[in-house]
Amino acid sequence: MSLRRLVAIVAGMLAVALVATACGGGGGGDDQSAQTLSIEWGEPENPLIPGNTTEQNGGDVIDALFAGLVKYDVNTGQPSNEVADSITTTDNKTFTIKIKPGWTFHDGTPVTAQSFVDSWNWTALGTNAAQAQSFMEKIDGYDEVSTEAPTAQTMRGLRVVDPQTFTVTLKQPFTIFPLTLGYSAYYPLPQKFFTDRAGFEAAPVGNGEFRFESRTPNQNLTLVRNDQYAGSVKPQVQRLEFRVYSELQTSYDDVVSGNLDHVRAIPSAALAGNRWKTDLGAGARQKEGLVTDSLGFPLYDPRFANPVLRKAISMAIDRQTIVNQIFGGVYTPATGYATSAAEGYVPNQCGEACTFNPQRAQQLLAQAGGFQGPLTLTANSDGGHDPYMQAVANSIRQTLGIDARYQPVPSFSEQRRLANSQQFTGLFRNGWQGDYPDIETFLTQLYRTNASSNDYGYSNPAVDAALSQADQAPTVQAADQGYAAAERLVLNDMPNIPLWSRPVIYGNGSRVAEAEHNPLNRQDTTTYRLNPQG
Amino acid sequence: MGRYTLRRLLQLIPVFLGSTFIVYALVWGLSDDPFAGKCGQRACSPAYIAVMTERYNLDDNIVVQYLKYLGALFTGDFGQTASGTEVADVIANAYPTTIKLAIVALVIEAVIGILAGIVSGLRGRGFVDSLVLVSTLFLISLPVFVTGLVLKQVLGVELGIIRTSVPNDPSIADLIVPGFVLGSLSMAYVARLTRTSLIENTRADYVRTAVAKGLSRRRVVGVHMLRNSLIAVVTFLGTDLGALMGGAIVTEGVFNIRGIGGLVFKGILQQDTATVVGIVVLLVIVYLIANLVVDLLYAVLDPRIRYD
Repeated sequence: MSLRRLVAIVAGMLAVALVATACGGGGGGDDQSAQTLSIEWGEPENPLIPGNTTEQNGGDVIDALFAGLVKYDVNTGQPSNEVADSITTTDNKTFTIKIKPGWTFHDGTPVTAQSFVDSWNWTALGTNAAQAQSFMEKIDGYDEVSTEAPTAQTMRGLRVVDPQTFTVTLKQPFTIFPLTLGYSAYYPLPQKFFTDRAGFEAAPVGNGEFRFESRTPNQNLTLVRNDQYAGSVKPQVQRLEFRVYSELQTSYDDVVSGNLDHVRAIPSAALAGNRWKTDLGAGARQKEGLVTDSLGFPLYDPRFANPVLRKAISMAIDRQTIVNQIFGGVYTPATGYATSAAEGYVPNQCGEACTFNPQRAQQLLAQAGGFQGPLTLTANSDGGHDPYMQAVANSIRQTLGIDARYQPVPSFSEQRRLANSQQFTGLFRNGWQGDYPDIETFLTQLYRTNASSNDYGYSNPAVDAALSQADQAPTVQAADQGYAAAERLVLNDMPNIPLWSRPVIYGNGSRVAEAEHNPLNRQDTTTYRLNPQG
Repeated sequence: MGRYTLRRLLQLIPVFLGSTFIVYALVWGLSDDPFAGKCGQRACSPAYIAVMTERYNLDDNIVVQYLKYLGALFTGDFGQTASGTEVADVIANAYPTTIKLAIVALVIEAVIGILAGIVSGLRGRGFVDSLVLVSTLFLISLPVFVTGLVLKQVLGVELGIIRTSVPNDPSIADLIVPGFVLGSLSMAYVARLTRTSLIENTRADYVRTAVAKGLSRRRVVGVHMLRNSLIAVVTFLGTDLGALMGGAIVTEGVFNIRGIGGLVFKGILQQDTATVVGIVVLLVIVYLIANLVVDLLYAVLDPRIRYD
């Protein structure tokens, strides 16, 4: 082949490729996009199954596709019955759950008591390796089904009485159990899931306000309104598009310039100086939430054994100044482990120990015998924690005069590896998102001996006893008081320094009339409305 | 040239096996707990670890694991991401976008870069030459994310001329600004390379001969000088195309282009081995072929180079 011909062929191929790709573009019809509300999103980490989803991206779609026994109010977070007609108990150990008639899945099959029982049993069964498995751990018979080699296939604590009724027996009384049932792990599953798993994962079938339409991996996922939805508040917008973004800042710019309708968080660059409020106007939304940031101590390291030292460090952190400078004053400095959106919240539980007081902090440090060597603070640098971790380290260093340094690790998985293998050598950053709006969600899983997220290695028999006592209290109110008492006991030991609570903040574009999150930072897609076209 | 090509293609096999094995071993070996962070703010349950160990053959020796993975790969099975999507599907969705962006960037950097280089190289010292030198220096000193964010802020947010993000399945027009951002650094290098080579060749013997033969200036520059001067530029563009085909993490992030770069980056952060290794397998092939094409193009440009 002559060399000149080769050049011509290569050039020709390039030209064809350019023309071909140029023709490949073009969007959908304008009518369709006029009735579609687009939402910033990320790829879910697991298949879209309620019992296998505990992270936000998957959870947001699951929440629109499914409806649970209980629903949390969009403004207050108060639970009320949704699919459940009634949840009754006499001993706070066995609960009788009746479900409302008339609920159907998107494929037309009815939602029955069996749908819930099958779903919960699937999530609990060890061989299914479900992410939300531990949410079933309070149910009687969980221990037999949850291991790698289960000795039973179903939990004996779940019993179907008739198609509309089932009973749940727990291992021990747990008074606030009904108000935990709005969490996505407790959603029902249709028969299709058990007969055609691959088909279900490709096109999930739920009982919620939106039906699955299509999904292009790593690009977007669309849902359409379910006109057969049996819930009390009907969905309004015709279609939702969950669009995958890799940078929060880009999605925020898209909302500001009108290419996107809803962003689920606000980038810290826009929080600084409250720029987001001028950018978004009425679309800048904020409410109290259930997310807290804190700094945990590795109590397995003897240098941190003294609670007086731990309090000294806590009191050396100027929370309000850091919140003002880095978060535009939007976050709330913590005065305890729970947030004010949680039921049973008591203000100022931490008292002096969470208040910035340089003199007292220095006194306590001296009383604890000082601190030897550098004090490291660790967080994963892929989570946007660097600015405030740096500020906290500075605050501690300047107040106490010890060599406090921020030492980031590259990724969240590395942070978790250190936590799981108990290899932290200094303070580590902890983020906690409450699963349900009760003070208990901030305590049991974090501070009970050997609890699943007790990364501190903290153990105090008095706290364990107080939590158990609260679990078994006769009323929800008495239970919440018990939890608050346990919270004070934990704070007195200070295994984990409360920093601040993050409100639920999100942004709506100019086309949106209303699109709200509830205090659990879950999207309530029944509220979503677009402005009328004019 | 045929035998040379064949020999080069055969050389791809050990390079392919070696590089994919290293990547496979590194991704799983990155952490001694492959399930850290997979279950949110808590440790994974023993049941979960048992099922996943089984699924990814983690109990086997790393070589056996790799061979099992490779076996599946040759039957066309790239495996599944952690969220249960076929990796082949994910790549098939993202790759066309990456190719489009790479071609747009390459065309922009080649056309503007070579033109600027020719103009300044031929004119010699003067206003145009200084302009090219200063503006390329400026582009080289700017990191890509600065160029990207500034253009997006000015053209997208302030002036509203372009969209602040690129839609799914973008057209060429959507990709012009991102392509410019992505190609800007290389464009500066191309301009400078072309300029230097041209100036060097102006005094070469064959140019003097061509002029002495009475050839037109256009023919002397276009056929004789450029062809020789472009060897270095083509090498640069070829390797750059290989790099561009590997995705552009920063530019993709700034304009939310759903290409391969962001996919690999996220895969590495989440230790989604199947995604990372699957894409890298593809990238290794693309890169090796791009290099081969560059080597073959040398022979086209310079008759003195022969492959026999």
